[in-house]
Formats: sequence, C-alpha cells, structure tokens
Amino acid sequence: MMNWMAWTIPTASFFVGIGLILIVMTIAELKRPTIERKGLLPIATTRGDRLFIGLLSSAFIHLAVIGSSDTDIWWAFGISVIWVLSLLRWG
Amino acid sequence: MNKVQNNRAWWLVLPMFVLVAFSAIIPLMTVVNYSVQDIFDQNTAYFVGIEWYQEVLRDTRLHDSLLRQFTFSFSVLLIEIPLGIAVALTMPKKGWQSSLCLILLALPLLIPWNVVGTIWQIFGRADIGLFGWALNAIGVDYNYTANTVDAWLTVLLMDVWHWTPLVALLCYSGLRAIPDAYYQAAQIDRASSWAIFRHIQLPRLKSVLVLAVLLRFMDSFMIYTEPFVLTGGGPGNATTFLSQTLTQMAIGQFDLGPAAAFSLVYFLIVLLVSWLFFTTISHMEKDKSDG
Repeated sequence: MMNWMAWTIPTASFFVGIGLILIVMTIAELKRPTIERKGLLPIATTRGDRLFIGLLSSAFIHLAVIGSSDTDIWWAFGISVIWVLSLLRWG
Repeated sequence: MNKVQNNRAWWLVLPMFVLVAFSAIIPLMTVVNYSVQDIFDQNTAYFVGIEWYQEVLRDTRLHDSLLRQFTFSFSVLLIEIPLGIAVALTMPKKGWQSSLCLILLALPLLIPWNVVGTIWQIFGRADIGLFGWALNAIGVDYNYTANTVDAWLTVLLMDVWHWTPLVALLCYSGLRAIPDAYYQAAQIDRASSWAIFRHIQLPRLKSVLVLAVLLRFMDSFMIYTEPFVLTGGGPGNATTFLSQTLTQMAIGQFDLGPAAAFSLVYFLIVLLVSWLFFTTISHMEKDKSDG
C-alpha cells in the first residue's frame, strides 16, 4: 500500500528519529514547561525555537558538507548532533 | 485564582492536522524518499544515498537559476512593498470611491496566472501589443523575446501589476484599523504628514507588512506559470527561474531523484528565508514594545 512512497530504511529511520524527538519534546514540555530565555543566540528563544533552529541549521550543515567536499556524511551528522545539543543547552 | 486546564480544544485542530498531513507532510516525506533513490518506475528504484545531492549542489545551471531567483524575489519586494504602501495611503477612505478603488485593485488578483502571462505576452508584442508598439513608436528598441533586459523588465512589470494590489489591500486594511484618536493627537501636536506616516501609520502597519513580505517572498520565489507563458524562460536562460529548472528536470527529463533532492534544497531555502524575515520583524516589534 505504501509502495508509491518508495520507503527506504535510512529515510524511515530519519523520520522515526524526528518523530521521537518531537515526542520527547512534548513530554519535556508537559513535565517542565519551557521558559523563554536568552543564551548564546541573539534572540530570546523557547526550547522548541532552539530545536527548530538546530534542525534547520543542521540541514544546512549537511548541504554545505555534501556540496563543498567529498567528506563522509557521518561527519556532518556528528557535527550536527553536537551543534543541536549545544544549542538546546546554551542557545 | 487557579486557571482550569482543559486541553480538549486540541481535538478541534485534528481536521487541520489531517489536511496538512495529506497535502504537505506525506508528499514531503515521499520527496525525501525519492531524493535518495534512482527511480525508474513505481516498482523499480535503487538506493543511491547522497549522490543526487552531490550532483545538484555542484550543478552550475542550478546555481545560476538560484541567483536569478533571489534577484527576482528581492527586486519584486523592493518595488511592490513601498508601492503597495503608497497606493494604500492615497486611496479614498470612505464612500463609493473607496469601494470602486477596492474592486479595481482586486481585479488583477482574480486573473489566473497563465492568463496573466498571456495578457502580457500579447501586451508586450511590438506588432499587436499596445505596450510593445507604444515603446517602439517613441523610439525605444523594445523586444522582450530577444533582449535580456527587456525580458527581465517585462517579467518584473507583470509581477508588479499582478501582485502590488495584494500588498495595497493588506496595507489598506491595516490603515483602516488605526483608531481616529491617533490622528487627532497628531493634529494637536501639529505633526507633519511624514511624521504621521513615520510614527503612527508605519508602526501600526508592521503586522500586515510582515504578512505581505512573507507572502510575496514565498510566492515570487516559487513563481513558475507567468514567466513560463511570457518568455518561456528566455531569451536563452535569462528568465529561467528555479521552479522552471526543477520542472524541466522532473518532467522534461524524468530525473525524479535529482529533482526531489533539488526540491528539498529549494524547500529549505524558502523555510530559512521566511523564518529569518518573520523572526527579524517580530523581534523588532517586540523590542520596540519592551523599550
């Protein structure tokens, strides 16, 4: 039935990962509601804002690595994970 | 007093969520899936990893289209936003004249995009079109099918004609929402028309302008039909914008994988620029109200 969507294991894992992140963020929000604060970023952000900024910038980190070099994509992934976590903590 | 928490209203969002899922999320997921595969038909696809991304990110044809697209979108914004504000400021405030102006302004917005392209294609022709004929009659060598500058000017003029009314209508509604008390206070202070515009009208227009800038940016960044009908992307590739390059790739060459990879890059650029516009303008507003 889902054949037309042409699923692959890597893309399915990617969407499951995004889904899990959203579930964890929802639980975190219910347990400890976010407070808007200003960190390293020039604007005051909530936890959700920082996640959005982190994910969007990670996409561009991946595109920059793919477009400018032949480096393994896992490097971009590793940098992105560290970047998103740092942003969530100190952003 | 403790506020009663009732989250049942969230169920009201469900129909919208289902609609967005079918119209945006599921198609987007499919595009992600296509972007990492070489698609031959519905049952034959090979996983190629990031190969298509490498190909499209290093393709100079796409770089040129992207540059043209940004130039077009920013030119459109630079012309349409100030012009829309100016039109809204000069419109009659009440009476039958204001209704007439509103109807006349809304007319270009009601015309289908391909018809707009056709109108301007004929309008700009030197033999039968009023615009092209008139320019040539006064000695301007105008030919949008052969000259790059003429083609660009015609595409820009067409977009300004088609979409400035939207900006003007949004600004008009914003201006009508300003209470008379503000103008009365300005009159007591003997404020000039410029001071009224700068300190009353423009700040109160900010929220509609955010909407206008976002709508016009996203729309102009995804423009396809009008330039396609008007110039067909020519002369050469002078007016070939991103969506046309993408369509050529996906439908003309049936390169679904690279087209999907490129669509995602395109989507991310639109998302980033829209977010930057929205955040910058909403924070400017917030800083002002805090300060």
